[in-house]
Amino acid sequence: MSFAAAIRNAIAIEMDANPALFTIGEDIGRYGGELGATAGLYKRFGEDRVRDAPISESAIIGAALGAAMTGNPAIAEIPFGDFLGMCMDQICNQVAKIRYMSGGQVRVPVVIRTTIGGYLSAGAQHSQSLESWFIHLPGIKVVMPSNPVDAFGLLRSAIQDGNPVLFLEHKGLYSVKGDVPDGSDFRVPLGCAEIVREGNDVTILATGAQVNRAIQAADRLIDEGVKAEVIDPRTLNPLDENAIISSVFKTGHLVVVHEAWERGGHGGEIAALASDKAFGSLRGPIKRVAARNTPSPFSPELEQSVLPQVADIVRAALETLAFKSEVGKK
Amino acid sequence: MTAPSPSANSGYSEIDIELALLSRMLLIRRFEERVGDLFKKNKLPGFVHLCIGQEASAVGVCSALRTDDFITSTHRGHGHVIAKGGDPKFMMAELYGKSTGYCGGKGGSMHITDMSIGMLGANGIVSGGLPIAVGAAYGAKQLRKTDQVVVAFFGDGATNEGPFHEALNMAAAWKLPVVFACENNLYGCGTRLDRVSPTSDLTQRARGYSMRSCSVDGNDVIATRTVALEAVSQARLGNGPTFLECRTFRHHGHYEGETPSYLSKEERDYWFARDPIDLFKALLLSKNQINEDSYKNLDLGVRQIVDEAVEFAERSPKPDLVAALTDVFAESGETS
Repeated sequence: MSFAAAIRNAIAIEMDANPALFTIGEDIGRYGGELGATAGLYKRFGEDRVRDAPISESAIIGAALGAAMTGNPAIAEIPFGDFLGMCMDQICNQVAKIRYMSGGQVRVPVVIRTTIGGYLSAGAQHSQSLESWFIHLPGIKVVMPSNPVDAFGLLRSAIQDGNPVLFLEHKGLYSVKGDVPDGSDFRVPLGCAEIVREGNDVTILATGAQVNRAIQAADRLIDEGVKAEVIDPRTLNPLDENAIISSVFKTGHLVVVHEAWERGGHGGEIAALASDKAFGSLRGPIKRVAARNTPSPFSPELEQSVLPQVADIVRAALETLAFKSEVGKK
Repeated sequence: MTAPSPSANSGYSEIDIELALLSRMLLIRRFEERVGDLFKKNKLPGFVHLCIGQEASAVGVCSALRTDDFITSTHRGHGHVIAKGGDPKFMMAELYGKSTGYCGGKGGSMHITDMSIGMLGANGIVSGGLPIAVGAAYGAKQLRKTDQVVVAFFGDGATNEGPFHEALNMAAAWKLPVVFACENNLYGCGTRLDRVSPTSDLTQRARGYSMRSCSVDGNDVIATRTVALEAVSQARLGNGPTFLECRTFRHHGHYEGETPSYLSKEERDYWFARDPIDLFKALLLSKNQINEDSYKNLDLGVRQIVDEAVEFAERSPKPDLVAALTDVFAESGETS
């Protein structure tokens, strides 16, 4: 099953299970979703529950919020994460804060699905990975699946969570296939990292579409005699701090890979976590592999030059491994 | 204790309703006067925006609603809470930042919420509540299939915000049960509307979305109630949204402590002579529905409610510090 089909299945199962649940967004109904994720849902659940909205991102998020506050959990779709700026107030000041500001009177079961990511020559306004904006923000969970199985299991957990969740789907993963379990009980809990590859020498933490690159980098590192451990946190808020810290304790080296820009990206946050909680075990500098601090260029060669590549991850791992500080040696 | 409710389905006689409207307006006035006084005495943290002068639009519009209808409100929202049937005690305690306040002291003046009366929240962001109102109306009409109506209160300033236009368009496109209640007090903060808008007839904005609209003297509580009843009735029948422009004026500055030096004397004099409570009192006196004594008694009763609210707030405990870190999220999977 493809990543897109896994998303579609998760929505369908949850809509079957909860007749109050609805989804709203641009072109999600008759058209089937800008990238096809919601194909068929309109026919199956009807117009009221699969609502084609005007191109009005603020009203889409606000409509999801208002309905959710009054009894109808919502899945809002914004076709490209780059458009989140159009509804930033509704997300930042309304969705993420209303429960808190009301002293807990309100529940906000709103999942905001959107697509992110580059490598597609989509230009500077259709290629961004803005997850770091949102992990800064209390009151909204941030989920980034890296494969179809997780997409299915995490989306079901997000919908059932009963809280605001930003669900970030990398466009480059949409056609990736995976063995998504049929079981109606299958879910992936929010806040649980996955150790994708076990190793003792260096921890490579990667999110979204970078997880595959991290795995490829780990394969290449074997040729260098290095056994890398690859961790996919799967959700950035909540963050599975224990899994990250345990791995760094084991390896003493950390490389964080993300497609968000390096400056102000969540790599800095994870580096701070490792420094704070695993300082004594670090045997080399924490390295970040991230997008260069420039808008996404259009031309494929230019774009590839500013986005993380497998070779960058390998290099970063070898650079930190070149430090064999005795300080952290257990 | 609150003033008698002038709600739409109360089945009261006209005289009962008119007295309830007067009483509710007076309660808002005395509440706001006291808040201004307490603020001056540094009893209240933060800052407050008072709605003195705008009582008729809040009360007139909310008098057309049932308890299970919804409203969204603004930074100038104390009057809307009282008009919808909120408890002055819990609002005053919230303004004090006390644990017994509506939001446990975590919201404050601009975020008063009372889900038990369908008050979905005041809002510190101009136009922030309009899309939420549209969503509540969508849920009611398209999903839950109830006949609930949602009123979105906002000021003239919000009509120049993007979400205003998105919300009007969406509500009109899907014939949602929303009443867009624009309290046009002529000024967005300190800037007069006609300096920043090509028209001072805000119903034009609604006509652009093929939406029913009307402009009403927002200081005339009966006129406001009359158009609100029609708008709410249309919404309940499934005939879609209405835009109401309630022309009114705030007697105080944008926020307490601000001197509204941007107002001309003529403008002030004109509007102060059209005080909504004075106007309605004069009407009821002329119809012999009240006399000076009964008005005085009504006022005393209202002042007592405000006194009790202040006492309640004063003797309420401050929030426990752990409260600062709770309610960011509901427990996962928690049902309402």
